[in-house]
Amino acid sequence: MGTMFARGLKRKSPEDGEDMEGGLAGARATPSYSLQRQSLLDMSLVKLQLCHMLVEPNLCRSVLIANTVRQIQEEMSQDGTWRVVAPQAAGRAPLDRLVSTDILCRSAREQEGEHPAPDVGDGHMADLVPGLAVVPSAQALRSPQSSLWEVDSSRENRGGFQKSLDQIFETLENKTSGSVEELFADVDSSYYDLDAVLTGVVGSTPSAHASGLQAFASAAAPPPSSSCRSDLGELDHAVEILVET
Amino acid sequence: MKPVGGTDIISTVEFNHTGELLATGDKGGRVVIFQREPESKNAPHSQGEYDVYSTFQSHEPEFDYLKSLEIEEKINKIKWLPQQNAAHSLLSTNDKTIKLWKITERDKRPEGYNLKDEEGKLKDLSTVTSLQVPVLKPMDLMVEVSPRRVFANGHTYHINSISVNSDCETYMSADDLRINLWHLAITDRSFNIVDIKPANMEDLTEVITASEFHPHHCNLFVYSSSKGSLRLCDMRAAALCDKHSKLFEEPEDPSNRSFFSEIISSVSDVKFSHSGRYMLTRDYLTVKVWDLNMEARPIETYQVHDYLRSKLCSLYENDCIFDKFECAWNGSDSVIMTGAYNNFFRMFDRNTKRDVTLEASRESSKPRAVLKPRRVCVGGKRRRDDISVDSLDFTKKILHTAWHPAENIIAIAATNNLYIFQDKVNSEMH
Repeated sequence: MGTMFARGLKRKSPEDGEDMEGGLAGARATPSYSLQRQSLLDMSLVKLQLCHMLVEPNLCRSVLIANTVRQIQEEMSQDGTWRVVAPQAAGRAPLDRLVSTDILCRSAREQEGEHPAPDVGDGHMADLVPGLAVVPSAQALRSPQSSLWEVDSSRENRGGFQKSLDQIFETLENKTSGSVEELFADVDSSYYDLDAVLTGVVGSTPSAHASGLQAFASAAAPPPSSSCRSDLGELDHAVEILVET
Repeated sequence: MKPVGGTDIISTVEFNHTGELLATGDKGGRVVIFQREPESKNAPHSQGEYDVYSTFQSHEPEFDYLKSLEIEEKINKIKWLPQQNAAHSLLSTNDKTIKLWKITERDKRPEGYNLKDEEGKLKDLSTVTSLQVPVLKPMDLMVEVSPRRVFANGHTYHINSISVNSDCETYMSADDLRINLWHLAITDRSFNIVDIKPANMEDLTEVITASEFHPHHCNLFVYSSSKGSLRLCDMRAAALCDKHSKLFEEPEDPSNRSFFSEIISSVSDVKFSHSGRYMLTRDYLTVKVWDLNMEARPIETYQVHDYLRSKLCSLYENDCIFDKFECAWNGSDSVIMTGAYNNFFRMFDRNTKRDVTLEASRESSKPRAVLKPRRVCVGGKRRRDDISVDSLDFTKKILHTAWHPAENIIAIAATNNLYIFQDKVNSEMH
């Protein structure tokens, strides 16, 4: 918990669990750093996607998160760890889109009175993340060296997590047009687990993701869970609105 | 010390120019104004207390049908106009609409009309035998608030700041990408003076986070960005102030670089000093004092809660890293104040370089009690009343604080409670 996510700083011995410092560029190449960077990337993408659907998303927050994603992507490109992976379910019918960039771009476009251009919306994130590494992120979680994600997470949660990430990454690769409601069409309970996991709320099955963050979550528990539930409520509400339109 | 409970989260706090009135806005769109009671002659040592003066509903929730989005009624900012007659005026804004409110007092009413009686009913004219001049008789004080102007449809994005110009005729409103200049008497148009919206929204990497007019020079204003820079603009130079007169930016410290560097450098608040010589900025971990004559770096940097530097990943995860803390100067520009977590707030004395951490809570404060300095321990020797970093409550954040323009009176908004602390504060520095 509370590891220092810093680039280019010297790494201390593992006994000092709180701090992770590094000073050498070599630290960047370690599996643990790559894991943490990947998980930060995953977290950021989910944050962008979980932008509140009912009230206009906070533009400052979205821009800062998008910039963070860009930074990670740039570094991963330099490291050569940026790989193109074929989408797992090529035959999947709904052609999803990353909601957040759509909102980032679309709300502005609508305000300007332009016609929505789906390619443009996809192009934004697609430029940033041309073919994210999809599966390896989940598989890499098995590494015992990870200090952020622990090894023995339950299979069920892992599957849900991976599936939701797949969903997100596929949306980035597909450049053809689609509609926002189709994004929600495939949302199932595993998506909600992801939400719970990432905000550190402990679910009924003790997930290792949550336990790693629990110490911190206990200090900040009420709002994450309530924002979790409000996110779910807003998700429901947004689905209702989309279904009506 | 006086805690005042409320039902809604306080979203802004602002003293008026004399400090006699204190306005708060909340998440429910309500404004509550407190007035300082005159000091009692019988007890010269007792300070004037603040009591509720007026409460009114400023903004209501709205629904934008075109975008299928709610417009929150939360009051983002309140700014008082300088008082020009018996009435008080203030501007209050939510995400989209600014309103000018006029606050008047009525403590007399006319009595002795010729044509109507006390209840206002028309008199039977045959009973009127002589004429009388109505006289003003005292009545219980009534505070009346009325909306005088509504400045709507000026902003596509969410308004984060408003600032009244020293000319007392104009004011500006800033959203994420644009700043508009309004005349207080004209509601159907505004002038766009800053526009940082890129032609292609996909190229957007920076937004406006706060802005303020210079306290004395009516042509100068500053705006801060999410990348940690400040831009001082001169309205005399051009109609569209996209080219700044001065750019204030501190070079990044390479040894502290991380993926969160940009986020924590984002300026959440900027305030000119009363003198107009300096600017105060707040970013996630520090407050900085800038000299208007030096653009290269701040002249002073104070650590608010550096112990959070190793927790940035967790704070990013639970979104706390996006919390926008405000900052404040005292009347003489010698002390600066800002809020933190766990209902702590911090004060830094610029002259003695001493700082103090205080807590706003019902448990630790009683009326007339002296605030006890708090300490967050980060390992090493721990004193008895220290709090460890891991037991800080990140849901208790003090985002909004205000300092009386002349005296040592501060207003602290702790979620839905307002604390007003008076005097004795400076002596707590250690």
